[in-house]
Amino acid sequence: MGNARLTAPFAKGRKALIVYVCAGDPTLAETARLVPALADAGADIIELGVPFSDPVADGPVIQAAGQRAMASGTTLARVVELAAALRAKIATPLVLMSYYNPLLRYGLAEFGRRLAAAGVDGVIVPDLPWEEAGPLREALEERGLDFIPLVAPTTPEDRLRRILSGAPAFIYCVSLTGVTGAREELPPGLSSYMERLRRVTSLPLALGFGIGSADHLRRLAPLGDGFIVGSAVVQALAEGGISRAAGLVKDMRAALDAL
Amino acid sequence: MSIPDATGRFGSYGGRFVPETLMPALEELERAYLEVREDKEFQAELNYYLRHYAGRPTPLYFARNLTAHWGGAQIYLKREDLNHTGSHKLNNALGQALLARRMGKKRIIAETGAGQHGVATATVAALLGLECEIYMGAEDCRRQALNVFRMELMGARVKPVDGGTATLKDAINEALRDWVTNVKTTHYLVGSVVGPHPYPLMVRDFQAVIGREVRDQLFAACGRLPDHLVACVGGGSNAMGLFYPFLEEEKVKLWGAEAAGKGLETGSHAATLTAGTPGVLHGFYSYLLQDEAGQILPVYSISAGLDYPGVGPEHSYLKDAGRATYEAISDAEALEAFRLLSHTEGIIPALESAHAVALAAKLAPRLSPEEIMVINLSGRGDKDVQQVADILGREARENGQRKADRPLCKGP
Repeated sequence: MGNARLTAPFAKGRKALIVYVCAGDPTLAETARLVPALADAGADIIELGVPFSDPVADGPVIQAAGQRAMASGTTLARVVELAAALRAKIATPLVLMSYYNPLLRYGLAEFGRRLAAAGVDGVIVPDLPWEEAGPLREALEERGLDFIPLVAPTTPEDRLRRILSGAPAFIYCVSLTGVTGAREELPPGLSSYMERLRRVTSLPLALGFGIGSADHLRRLAPLGDGFIVGSAVVQALAEGGISRAAGLVKDMRAALDAL
Repeated sequence: MSIPDATGRFGSYGGRFVPETLMPALEELERAYLEVREDKEFQAELNYYLRHYAGRPTPLYFARNLTAHWGGAQIYLKREDLNHTGSHKLNNALGQALLARRMGKKRIIAETGAGQHGVATATVAALLGLECEIYMGAEDCRRQALNVFRMELMGARVKPVDGGTATLKDAINEALRDWVTNVKTTHYLVGSVVGPHPYPLMVRDFQAVIGREVRDQLFAACGRLPDHLVACVGGGSNAMGLFYPFLEEEKVKLWGAEAAGKGLETGSHAATLTAGTPGVLHGFYSYLLQDEAGQILPVYSISAGLDYPGVGPEHSYLKDAGRATYEAISDAEALEAFRLLSHTEGIIPALESAHAVALAAKLAPRLSPEEIMVINLSGRGDKDVQQVADILGREARENGQRKADRPLCKGP
């Protein structure tokens, strides 16, 4: 079973709220203030996004956030330092989200070692499918870190079984065929998609991509064990600073608790 | 030797690094491609279009004047510039579009740098009745406005990409985002030997018609194999197409010309194999131009088609294995070769292909007249004439000359 700190938010049928932030947007100092505020507002797990020059899985909001973060000098090494500083202050589970190339450049074994020392709990890599993930998985598992796999609506059952065999703390279920970014409408067919996943696994399922509001969460809450919001919070931060981002997270948490 | 292996690896290079959403589509594409690879009916259909639509085989032309000018090896030009649409790109576009139609895809998307692949893709889309969208960096749209018009004329929609450096790399990012979104209906017609498996294998195979023809044509003309093959390398599809049928012929030397832009020391270049380090971009592991933190560096070349921070994984493999040699050619050297070929042979090469001619200019004079060198003239230069006129006009003004319209009339 997965990392203990990461599995806790899913305990006893609780609906976990997982919040993505782009580390270094607009500066790392701002992210250091933002994350505790989001945890206070009800985020159960924080995803620290590492900016990348070529984010092919991201829509315009996170692309722009990444550009701002890179402009302020954010690198993987500095995000790991930020994680360590956050861990000293908050107990909230931290997951690092990065494209693969910065991790390769850092060195996978070194990455696992530093990440564990920083108190990070897991890693999500949007451009690293199961077949190519062996070296990173080994480097992480050796240090007690979770490699959180993604599944998509296009994933057929035989692939699902392979991907879910790793038994991480939770599964990142991409809700739609597309890139990140809040949508007006929720994608169709979500309940049959989640049912299909439930037939294959009893692991907690976290649904992400396209979720933009507390209203979305009220409607989605019965379907998943956790919900990942990114672009909406990044947008709120860009428009209204930490207070607006924390306000949105608070509303979202309330929507899940109202179930 | 089976290259690539079942996981799409050329040695340690290649592979498949894409979002999970695309994995089933790549598996489907791989199955479909491996099926048509052995399918006589499909190959006959492709050959029909290559012959009667594209105009293949393209000539292998003995460049008597250039040979005399350099005074070394005998120079042959493989005239991919005479392929329909003016470059080698159509060979691959035809193959993939026929495959896409067979797979029931109604829509194709593609990236383009100089516009040659975009034009080739728009062409096959018109031919086969497929919906077509082309992603092109906004900067490249400006540099290659005529090709944008060509694509639109054939019914394609051209989408300028403003993100990042607004060149080929960013066009690929945007095409990948489109594909992730529309994967069920859409085939991504990748234009070079890059991207996740099976693209590097498939594009190489569709371009290998170049090398097979060279083999046959040179054997008919001279009764033997060439000694040197020279091609430009951006992603590297015209080079792989030329090299592949000769890989097992160890005496045939393989030369790739990368873009050194304003000079390797300036940082403004696209010489991935010369100055890069291995990493993952656009779904494959290969040499890359990246910084210490693993961010992809901005690249530059006078030639939009070579302006790419990665390179096909098979080239990385050939470099490490010592089978092929890659040299970096500057803008200035490419411009000089552009003028030289125009002047000596009456053939205006694409700026991409001019890099190959410039590398040949360094190699050929040192070789003996018994040796045979084949240069892949991957595309024609019509698309570049305005840009070159602007540059030479600017240089002329900077040199204090009044008549900016004269430099093209000067000899080499």
